[in-house]
Amino acid sequence: MDSFLFQAFIYLLAAVVSVPIAKRLGLGSVLGYLFAGIIIGPFVFKFVGVESEAILHFAEFGVVMMLFLIGLELRPELLWRLRGPILGLGGLQVAVTTVVILLIGFIFGFTWKVSLAIGLILALSSTAIVLQTLNEKGLIKTQAGQSSFSVLLFQDIAVIPILAVLPLLAAPILGTAEHSVEQIHHAGFSIEALPGWQQAILVALVIATIIIIGRFLVRYVFRFIAETRLREIFTAFALFLVIGIALAMQLVGLSAALGTFLAGVVLADSEYRHELESDIEPFKGLLLGLFFISVGASIDFNLFAEEPYLIVGLVAGLIVIKLVILFVLGFVFKMSRSQNFLFAFSLAQSGEFAFVLFSFATQNNVMPVPLADTLILVVALSMALTPVLMIFNEKLLQPRFSTLDQRPESDTIDEKNPVIIAGFGRFGQIVGRLLHANNIGTTVLDSKPSQIEMVRRFGYKVFYGDASRVELLHSAGAGEAKLFILTIGDKDKALEIAKTVKNQFPNLKILARAYDRRNTYELMDIGVEVIQRETFGSALELGASALKLLGFRNYQAHRAALTFKHHDETTLVDLHEHFGDDEAFLLQTRLKNQDLFELLSSDEEDKDETMGHSWERPGGM
Amino acid sequence: MSRNYKNKILVIFAHPALEKSRINVELCRAIKNLDGITFRDLYEIYPDFLIDVKEEQRLLLDHDIIVLQHPFYWYSCPAIIKEWIDLVLQYGFAYGHEGTALAGKHMMSAISVGASEDAYTENGVHYYHVREFLRPFERTAALCNMNYIPPFVVHHTSDLVTVEDISVFSDLYKKVLISLRDKDIDIKAMNEFKYINDYMLDQYESWSV
Repeated sequence: MDSFLFQAFIYLLAAVVSVPIAKRLGLGSVLGYLFAGIIIGPFVFKFVGVESEAILHFAEFGVVMMLFLIGLELRPELLWRLRGPILGLGGLQVAVTTVVILLIGFIFGFTWKVSLAIGLILALSSTAIVLQTLNEKGLIKTQAGQSSFSVLLFQDIAVIPILAVLPLLAAPILGTAEHSVEQIHHAGFSIEALPGWQQAILVALVIATIIIIGRFLVRYVFRFIAETRLREIFTAFALFLVIGIALAMQLVGLSAALGTFLAGVVLADSEYRHELESDIEPFKGLLLGLFFISVGASIDFNLFAEEPYLIVGLVAGLIVIKLVILFVLGFVFKMSRSQNFLFAFSLAQSGEFAFVLFSFATQNNVMPVPLADTLILVVALSMALTPVLMIFNEKLLQPRFSTLDQRPESDTIDEKNPVIIAGFGRFGQIVGRLLHANNIGTTVLDSKPSQIEMVRRFGYKVFYGDASRVELLHSAGAGEAKLFILTIGDKDKALEIAKTVKNQFPNLKILARAYDRRNTYELMDIGVEVIQRETFGSALELGASALKLLGFRNYQAHRAALTFKHHDETTLVDLHEHFGDDEAFLLQTRLKNQDLFELLSSDEEDKDETMGHSWERPGGM
Repeated sequence: MSRNYKNKILVIFAHPALEKSRINVELCRAIKNLDGITFRDLYEIYPDFLIDVKEEQRLLLDHDIIVLQHPFYWYSCPAIIKEWIDLVLQYGFAYGHEGTALAGKHMMSAISVGASEDAYTENGVHYYHVREFLRPFERTAALCNMNYIPPFVVHHTSDLVTVEDISVFSDLYKKVLISLRDKDIDIKAMNEFKYINDYMLDQYESWSV
């Protein structure tokens, strides 16, 4: 029963069964995971026991990865634009909530130290649940989504001073603090031992190192690895990067999530962004799922059974207090009503930081263990209720607001482009430049690092990646784009990509470069909308130039080329139905020759008619 | 173009199939290399109809007389001349508020017409006179504050068989352009004639070259 494989089997089975059902029922994946956790947990099937807390800590790394991915989506200038909401809204939310809970605790007879500790800890919300749910509902880019994100980001930063303050609230027993700090940081070396100014310098150094490495060095490593064309090594390096940053941050006592978020922001401009996204995404998804399951499994129903009314009262009280404060803040910050409700309902829980902070607090003798256990249960229940509350808001409250109130906010992060170009070689560049010159936003994917760097120097946004991978297409925005322009030279690869795009994104129109006639028919069979034979256009123009040098007038040569083009394209389509027969190749060759002959002789016959019969006949006019 | 001419002439020419033309090819040959004349073959310069408006406007500013030379198609001009008028004679440049760039310049049509002048009378096939059909051009000139010089017209082109037949007209065309280039333009005297051909022939007696 205790084997690792069996554990993994149980967790995966629970997820595979309950998440699709929850999704089907419109409850969202988070609720599915939480429910799965409760089912396999110690109080229902007892498949998993006390070790789920260890798994919880491990799975928290999913939150770190999620923040890295969010950072990748957020360019530095966008982050800078959010500084107001982060400091103002986030700061006020933490401060006001702490004070209110402190007062309530004080009224109920706790010392002010204990009340303050509880207030600080409960003020924080759950980054994992809120962002995952908002993302899933596609609400992250609304005003409420951005505000929620800002508050969560501030809370992430606030964890650091809270960790520093908590030991000061303890009953003074020497030696304990240092011991527990090590537990929190999981690292052998602790900078708490250093004097304050050295700590500060160390923190600044680490952050500067992350920025410098991310900005200037990492791309060369990425390029070096990308050129080996070993996908798994690229994935390994991406994981290495995230874990390395997390470790570095823990070493200097900062939140790992914050550090990787920063790294993500630094890399948001990188050409390897989409590839990184699609590499980290599955890990993040699974770890977050594991995290939610662990939260579900850790809910202590025995404790709940002992004092059900107290627990229910505390959960309700916590949610109502947070809800009211958030709603007032949203009102002060002039959110529209529907956005304000979304904002308030999203953040009205306490978060995963509470698990860590409460155990930290008991280790530091800030509060007794039974109190902390009760509060941890309250936090877990408030987290589990969040998806339910959001569904309540979505189904029952939101419909009451007029549609006018719900118009999409204009000031949101929107950098998805209408056009994706796969392949930015000689062909793709011309297409890209034409669109660029006409102010059409393009997301360009290419798999040659040297090519990408060269083109980037001219100011094009080109990303590294293999366009046949569905995840990469997703992160490049294929779900929202209008056109997919396929210009890579490898015709088998192009065919494979076209098939994938047709299957996965049926609404995306494909414009493809074809190698020859056979390739054109293959693309037609898949249903590609626009096909251009790669050499046809330029050969035609060269032919027209030859006619000109042979004495044709410019306009005459131009029309001759256009006539030929029209004729050739019509016969190309007409011959399509004969393509792919048993004797496909023979037939094709014969037809091709016949076609060419007909084309040339009919040009001869048509000459007078197509070349402007009426232009030179006096006709009595 | 070392000499300073009285009037610099810009010939805007269009024939979509000049390689098959008999009349216009000779008319062009007669005038296109004359000093003081800028000859623009629109179909040759813009086979894709992508007219360079800035360049065309610059040329207009640089000349005093604009000649639109073309065969007479369906009582009008070939498509590219219309395109040229549509794009180059811009609002604000050629007409409209502050559109005075062409004011005081002269404009003339030079056309080849299949039928005889008789066919262009009330009793003929075409009922109206050629001048009636050229009204849009006349009004275009007027709207741009340009003087409209009576057109140079080659009638009954199917009757012009030999090189000598045609050269009568190409010589006359050449004389018209040289005269316009070198002499003061007496619009009043010209307007007494339907075609500038007749004005020239009238002047011939007193004008010896």
